[in-house]
Amino acid sequence: MSLTNELIQQKLTDKFGEELRDWVQPYGMLTFTAPKDLNLKILQFLFDDPELKFQFLTDLQAVHYPANKGAELAVVYHLHNLTYNIRLRLKVFTDINTPDVYSATALYASANFMERETYDFFGVNFKGHPNLRRILNVDEMDYFPMRKEFPLEDQTRIDKDDEMFGRG
Amino acid sequence: MSDHILLPEGSIEKLTTTLNLGPTHPATHGVFQNILELDGERILKSVSTVGYIHRAFEKLAERRPLYQITPLTDRLNYCSSPINNMGWHITCERLLGVTLPKRVDYLRIIIMELARIADHLICNSIVGVDSGAFSGFLYLMQYRELIYEIYEEVCGSRLTTNIGRIGGFERNFTNTAFEKLEKFLAEYPVQLKEFEKLFNRNRIFMERTIGCGPISAERALNYGFTGPNLRAAGVDYDVRVHTPYSSYEDFEFTIPVGKTGDCYDRFLVRNDEMWQSISLIQQAYNKVKEFKGTEAEVFHADTPAYYLPEKKDVYTKMEALIYHFKIIMGETDIPVGELYSSVEGANGELGFYLISDGGRTPYRLHFRRPCFIYYQAFEELVKGGMLSDAVITMSSLNLIAGELDA
Repeated sequence: MSLTNELIQQKLTDKFGEELRDWVQPYGMLTFTAPKDLNLKILQFLFDDPELKFQFLTDLQAVHYPANKGAELAVVYHLHNLTYNIRLRLKVFTDINTPDVYSATALYASANFMERETYDFFGVNFKGHPNLRRILNVDEMDYFPMRKEFPLEDQTRIDKDDEMFGRG
Repeated sequence: MSDHILLPEGSIEKLTTTLNLGPTHPATHGVFQNILELDGERILKSVSTVGYIHRAFEKLAERRPLYQITPLTDRLNYCSSPINNMGWHITCERLLGVTLPKRVDYLRIIIMELARIADHLICNSIVGVDSGAFSGFLYLMQYRELIYEIYEEVCGSRLTTNIGRIGGFERNFTNTAFEKLEKFLAEYPVQLKEFEKLFNRNRIFMERTIGCGPISAERALNYGFTGPNLRAAGVDYDVRVHTPYSSYEDFEFTIPVGKTGDCYDRFLVRNDEMWQSISLIQQAYNKVKEFKGTEAEVFHADTPAYYLPEKKDVYTKMEALIYHFKIIMGETDIPVGELYSSVEGANGELGFYLISDGGRTPYRLHFRRPCFIYYQAFEELVKGGMLSDAVITMSSLNLIAGELDA
């Protein structure tokens, strides 16, 4: 028996009901959104279920949507079932003022660095992480640089007098 | 008067030694730090610090049109830049829905497999150097030079290649490129054979590496290992087979796997992969030779909105001029989409998670760097081992600082 996107969606809906929403399949990858309190339960179910067996965490990162009030930060998990070679994408949205999401480190050892990186750049506070420190940036940094409120410098700005680099 | 060092009252004599391996230590082959707590020569604990060459590629990518992101990917795993470049082009092509002519796919496979060989030969010969066998390094290094000459013939640069474009290659392969490729295919197997003779059944090398830094398949999967390091632990996961890209499905090749996941198995798996890569290059080259006449001139797909037109057309044709201007100024809107696409990099699954909101630049781009993910297992791999084993484990994992930090 091989696993299809429809079958996975069916099994997850049977287990978690209407809590899971926004089922889409962009470029063939099953994608859905879950409430943030449920993330560990869903990951555990996907890990343990004898048919689903999504036991490989491919990637974990966050995306910032400033216009999405009350759910500005999305934490995105990419999971892979290596037996049937099928991938899925789980999204969890959180408020930027209380960015607490349960840590998946107990389930996946690989989540350790990935969650640290996500914390470092987006400020997602992974609850239960053994060592949630900055990883790529300096420890003294007091902001989260990948958030959209920190735009890169406008290359057309003219207020800088800098003959060496061709401005002004 | 006592001869002993006087410790302040109430202090406890520390019985272990703290040693800094890195940030600039010859054994790390890159800029990252390991703080080791040693009892004699045995490692009790290690703490890794990365981020010394973090360059904010993901942030930079949010302000750049697609074609300007390619040079950023060069600097991830700089031992095999072409694979990163191709991975990025393939991601863009999947987003745009571009299908490539077969000849372009095959040419890409030649370049990607050359890059894989260049990466593996560096890694394996450095394992030799770190365990005290320097000569193997010299045998193989001259062929990396030849590979770099082939890159140079195709794209003009050597280390950070920026090779290819979205939709194909910037120019057709020259005859010199094919000649050099033939030279490589004729001479490299002989040299690799010699290298294997020096190492594979070498008693000193075997005793040095067998059982050094081992990992079980289960732990490796849990740690998110991919690539040769995972295969050395016995899991036959390879993106080229599981999710074929660039027409890998047209080729015959096997996936070498190891058993114990120790340094020796990692070494053997990389060696075997080089043989597979040589066979892949040979097959791809044979297929490329089958194209005759105008078909042999095809080196890119027809994607005018993303592929730069020829310079002589820019000067003479209005349409080409418009496209040239729009591409260079980054004024082409990207279709809305969300895509995860991955290729088998030299170190494992190199993934690109791209979200586009329909603007001219990606809304968010994330690189899944295999090195970054498997490096966290290092603490577990070296715990309880000897200090000198940690050095070999580090080089046999092929940790590339560029890929750690993005």
